[in-house]
Amino acid sequence: MPATPTKSKNPLPNRDRLKIPRQHMPERPAGERAHQFTEVNLGYSADLARQEALRCIECAKPTCTEGCPVGVKVKEFIQLIVDGDYLGAAAKIREDNVLPAITGRVCPQEDHCEGDCLLKKKGESMGIGYLERFVADYEQEHFDAKNIIKATPTGKKVAIVGSGPSGLTAAGDLVQKGHQVHVFEALHEIGGVLVYGIPEFRLPKQIIRDQVDYMRAMGVEFETDVVVGRTVTIDELMEEEGFDAVFIGTGAGLPQFMGIPGEHLNGVYSANEFLTRINLMHAYEFPRYDEPIVDFRGKDVAVIGGGNTALDAIRSALRLGARKAYVLYRRSEAEMPARIEEVQHAKEEGIEFHVLTAPIEFLSDGKGWLHAARCQKMALGEPDASGRRRPVPITGSEYDLPLSVAVIAIGTSANPIVQSTTPGLNTNKKGYIEADPTTQKTSRSGVFAGGDIVTGSATVILAMGAGRRAAEAIHEYLTTSQW
Amino acid sequence: MFKIVHAQFIAPGIKRFIIEAPRIARKQRPGQFVIVRIVDHGERIPLTIEKSNPQKGTVNIVVQSIGKTTHLLNSLDTGDSILDMVGPLGKPSQIANFGTVVAIGGGVGTAMAYPTALALKRAGNRVISIIGGRSKDLVILEKEMREVSDAVLVTTDDGSYADQGLVTDKLRQLIDSGTTINLVLAVGPIPMMRAVAEVTRRQNIRTIVSLNPIMIDGTGMCGGCRVLIDGRSEFACVDGPEFEAHRIDFDILVQRNAMYREAERRSLEDYRSEPEAKKAGTKFDDAVGCTAEVK
Repeated sequence: MPATPTKSKNPLPNRDRLKIPRQHMPERPAGERAHQFTEVNLGYSADLARQEALRCIECAKPTCTEGCPVGVKVKEFIQLIVDGDYLGAAAKIREDNVLPAITGRVCPQEDHCEGDCLLKKKGESMGIGYLERFVADYEQEHFDAKNIIKATPTGKKVAIVGSGPSGLTAAGDLVQKGHQVHVFEALHEIGGVLVYGIPEFRLPKQIIRDQVDYMRAMGVEFETDVVVGRTVTIDELMEEEGFDAVFIGTGAGLPQFMGIPGEHLNGVYSANEFLTRINLMHAYEFPRYDEPIVDFRGKDVAVIGGGNTALDAIRSALRLGARKAYVLYRRSEAEMPARIEEVQHAKEEGIEFHVLTAPIEFLSDGKGWLHAARCQKMALGEPDASGRRRPVPITGSEYDLPLSVAVIAIGTSANPIVQSTTPGLNTNKKGYIEADPTTQKTSRSGVFAGGDIVTGSATVILAMGAGRRAAEAIHEYLTTSQW
Repeated sequence: MFKIVHAQFIAPGIKRFIIEAPRIARKQRPGQFVIVRIVDHGERIPLTIEKSNPQKGTVNIVVQSIGKTTHLLNSLDTGDSILDMVGPLGKPSQIANFGTVVAIGGGVGTAMAYPTALALKRAGNRVISIIGGRSKDLVILEKEMREVSDAVLVTTDDGSYADQGLVTDKLRQLIDSGTTINLVLAVGPIPMMRAVAEVTRRQNIRTIVSLNPIMIDGTGMCGGCRVLIDGRSEFACVDGPEFEAHRIDFDILVQRNAMYREAERRSLEDYRSEPEAKKAGTKFDDAVGCTAEVK
């Protein structure tokens, strides 16, 4: 179906648009922000947003939308920014993405919309994420629950298991179709990985609370402190609590460890634990908050891994007062899965990157605490199953790096709770739930799943894409009763 | 919010709460636990479930004042509320007819041993219970344990009640007297569970202990509760809390549990210097340790 043609109000001919440079995101100075948990990026002003929006050449076939896992109508919302209709722009995004203030901050745009932007071939891509953030924040400032139009109730009830990005997206889409949506969250706060995983300096908690409040105003119900599988099972939800369909979005599971000697020493954290202490439990505000964390002041700290979680962890360590902060990554920077902006920010803040480096042992101070990591240098060999070049150890390259804290951020494995308490729910050999890639249907009738519990560790936007596909399929299932 | 229907000290520093939590009450099985968060700036801590009443929708927890959070909790009373309570967490105890089972409870650990002892009795086992405390006041749930056991042996460290000695003394006596023991369940302080494991290891008696390592979410996400089992990481919140005692690396467990000792001490000191801590004042206000066999 062709996109609805809209008349552009952009006064500039294309050649002039191409002359405008990409507008920089204003940010806190590196020296100042490296010691604070306050947000790094400050957001566009209306002038900057207009200037950036004017750059869009309004492709007849917008590749940005094709590259977006939830299909945001990028060209159309940018045109609305040019018009000065920011609330209209926000509403346009919301047709496809119920969490714009969040994706505007944490989505790896370079891998999706901006990576596919035609302007990239001619120089720099559109700042789509920055513009999305601008309109979402504008909408939040001018938010009025009265403006939310509720759909006619269908009388169907859907349970969403987990309030992370996939669950929130599915909930938002389904409530807009008139279904009664009830979200179960295991922790005491709504947001899943957005709350426990992503630090304040990248995604302020207030943003998540605002987006959740918006969803409440849309009619979504939330219940915290429920571990589905333990507190109530999927079967009980469907048979006894009257839910017509269930979406499982339980997210990343237990952290993986490297299995090297010394991993149980005090001072060795999993990224999940370290970030949960900081983000969910506010350990960086100890003793105002009760949750403790190791004293980082003046200590040397390393994170092992090269993803966004690794960078979130090491930048948090720096803000806790670490003296030296290292990223140890076994491949080269080109293979690093983290967002480019995060790598840049981390370098500006003084984090040292030791690429082609992997620890092979954690050494004790003799009292049970971490003292150093024995590291080995790597070379890149042939591509492996992931398509990335395989790191090969260089013998004789070992050296000891003095460290007081190490944070392991090499990925997670499947959380087993729902799978082990739901008979007939098929899983793959790694324990993740099997789901159809287009409908997110599982082996159990009426049960859908998406996000990290299906794919393993991925990104916020990919989980949201799964939530959106699931909502579509759930709606079809509820209206046709056809499985 | 989770309402406290009833709260009462059952020993110095040990309080029983009956809390309205219908979902948890309905699902709780022996061996499982809850995680609570008392106040907005508070930490999440795992706590023992003594038993629950599915009809009334209530859960009993037994709490010993040790750190700030447990002191704060034990300052609450009937009619107060707890901000968050989630569970039941962990795998339930394995219940089967093993033959003769020895259920050992040390101090407040007796509250966790009790529901499993009850279930094992109902499953047809001969249940011999050994419960201990540092002194008379700290031997808890004796009456309840007598109701579910074929025999109950009681020890106090100081001899102020029953036999002076440690729970492991009684266990050794049982073994020496030729009693065939098919399973030992021990719940209590780490040094006690470790000592029990050493006694039964020599006899090759299967021994289950319930671990309470540092834990945050309790739902299989953070990995803070990792314990070394046969040299491999397992997680107390989803793989436990019960583990085969002879496979546990107790040195690592003790070391990891001490990780925040300084912060815990500071939190408790700060809490005690706050004026409102006085409202916790009862004759049972003082923190007390539970029985521990420290070699």
